[in-house]
Amino acid sequence: MDLYNKTLTELAAGLRDGDFSSVDLTQALLARIRERDPELNAFITVTDELALAAAERADVARSAGNGGPLNGLPVIHKDIFCTRGVKTSCGSKMLDNFVSPYDATVVERLADAGAVVLGKTNMDEFAMGSSNETSFYGPVRNPWNLDCTPGGSSGGSAAAVAARFGPAATGTDTGGSIRQPAALTGTVGIKPTYGRVSRYGMIAFASSLDQAGVITRTAEDAALLLGVMAGFDERDSTSIDEPVPDYVAALGESIKGLRIGIVRQHFDAGLDAECGRKVKEAIGVLQSLGATTVEVDLPNIDLSVPTYYVVAPAECSSNLSRFDGVRFGYRAENAVDLLDHYCRSRGEGFGDEVKRRIMTGTYVLSAGYYDAYYLKAQQVRQLIADDFRKAFAGVDVIAGPTAPTPAFRLGDKVDDPITMYLNDIYTIGANLAGLPGISVPCGFVNDLPVGLHLVGTHFAESTLLRCAHQYQQQTDWHTACPEDFQ
Amino acid sequence: MSLDKDQVLHIAKLARLELSETEYAESVAKLSRIVDFVDQLSKADTSGVVPMAHPLDAAQRLRPDTVTEVDDRDRYQQNAAAVSDGLYLVPKVIE
Repeated sequence: MDLYNKTLTELAAGLRDGDFSSVDLTQALLARIRERDPELNAFITVTDELALAAAERADVARSAGNGGPLNGLPVIHKDIFCTRGVKTSCGSKMLDNFVSPYDATVVERLADAGAVVLGKTNMDEFAMGSSNETSFYGPVRNPWNLDCTPGGSSGGSAAAVAARFGPAATGTDTGGSIRQPAALTGTVGIKPTYGRVSRYGMIAFASSLDQAGVITRTAEDAALLLGVMAGFDERDSTSIDEPVPDYVAALGESIKGLRIGIVRQHFDAGLDAECGRKVKEAIGVLQSLGATTVEVDLPNIDLSVPTYYVVAPAECSSNLSRFDGVRFGYRAENAVDLLDHYCRSRGEGFGDEVKRRIMTGTYVLSAGYYDAYYLKAQQVRQLIADDFRKAFAGVDVIAGPTAPTPAFRLGDKVDDPITMYLNDIYTIGANLAGLPGISVPCGFVNDLPVGLHLVGTHFAESTLLRCAHQYQQQTDWHTACPEDFQ
Repeated sequence: MSLDKDQVLHIAKLARLELSETEYAESVAKLSRIVDFVDQLSKADTSGVVPMAHPLDAAQRLRPDTVTEVDDRDRYQQNAAAVSDGLYLVPKVIE
């Protein structure tokens, strides 16, 4: 089998058994990226030299009997994670010239474990988008159909893993930005509990919702990688000090007796009927493994998208005020005074969607509107979190679709922000309540992948990964490779 | 339209964003659509509901007030467009 088809877990075994070296593996993947990525535009930066140097170090460490849990294994970072000495653009013209002076904790932990970073992936500008079309570097194409979007905002990471440019990539998820692209590309994407993975060095969009996670082809690989990334970090003030369980060790346990909640509203008219059928079949597979299902009600879930589009822009307008054209980032030329300098640096440096969200956030936080919008949204957010709390009193996981349709065509939704926002209708609730969620490939509709979405209680990543792994032992959707990339 | 051009001008100024004429026209339409969309929150009964401050109800963690960072100004300033003697340069503020 070609190296690019192997999972992280398989590659780890191959390296251990001496079937190939980290340098061999890294060279093979870099060659594949160089040859094939022009079709997808999944990468913003390919870090050839750094990758080969890391692979050489990994080979030396292995032959000396040393090396961390990811020694010599390839990973790809979303270009939202600050990477020391490497351009970190966040998909924006604003940071096109930014070379990070430090590493994000996620980057540091993977590097310390011996991972080899192949490059940085394309994304919606500042992670604001569901189709990768807001990137300053142009849209990413879906390897399953080049006329379609891979989803967003972690679309470059998802496309790269689906096209076998690498077995695993990091991503971030504020409203569905890991899970929705995973669904649209036939990959596994997990968004952990809020506070599970450090946000230090992860460029902030909406700080009370942002969470880092991974995109892989199997739940087993996601478990391996998440185990290294997760854990307390004193440099992130909202990091939670809870022990990290051994996610890989728990994968083999049966899901017999697992109680699965089905949300009625998630299967109503907004869902493509064929996608709904695939998701129900997947739930049937879980039942055949001994899980039971029960209908649960989330009465306020219909308000999750409007709640999100108050809270997220409000936090974004505050977070993105740091881009002042003075200390780093794009700077407009020949400003006549300081106000002109700020307005033009930001007006020229940010793209349309980012400006729209900054203005939405500025409006909902402005004098006279704060109570009606921001305070109200934080109250509705509490109601939605309460709905989940009540539902989880009787179930272990909630299962449903990840996205309302399979991948849509590039350009189809760019003119209407609301239609685009509704793509995240099934995923946003987990962010609002801080819950972990995972998307697992569960079939195809019109030759495009569909994702099964599982949400758990706080810190129940292990349950989600086990459930997804057990499902993948019964199905082979995740082994399908896009025809053009075999 | 729930927003007019004057409101959008005011918002853009507060947000320190310069917009072109076409951007203003488009912003009035699209921001109005977003505001109309989020207006459906007003129908939710939230009387007595405590606004969420943190999804896990965690409190802000504090650390001892001791110096933990080293001075690395020169390296950080490599990303700035204009610096001099360790200072960041901006257009003249005081005449």
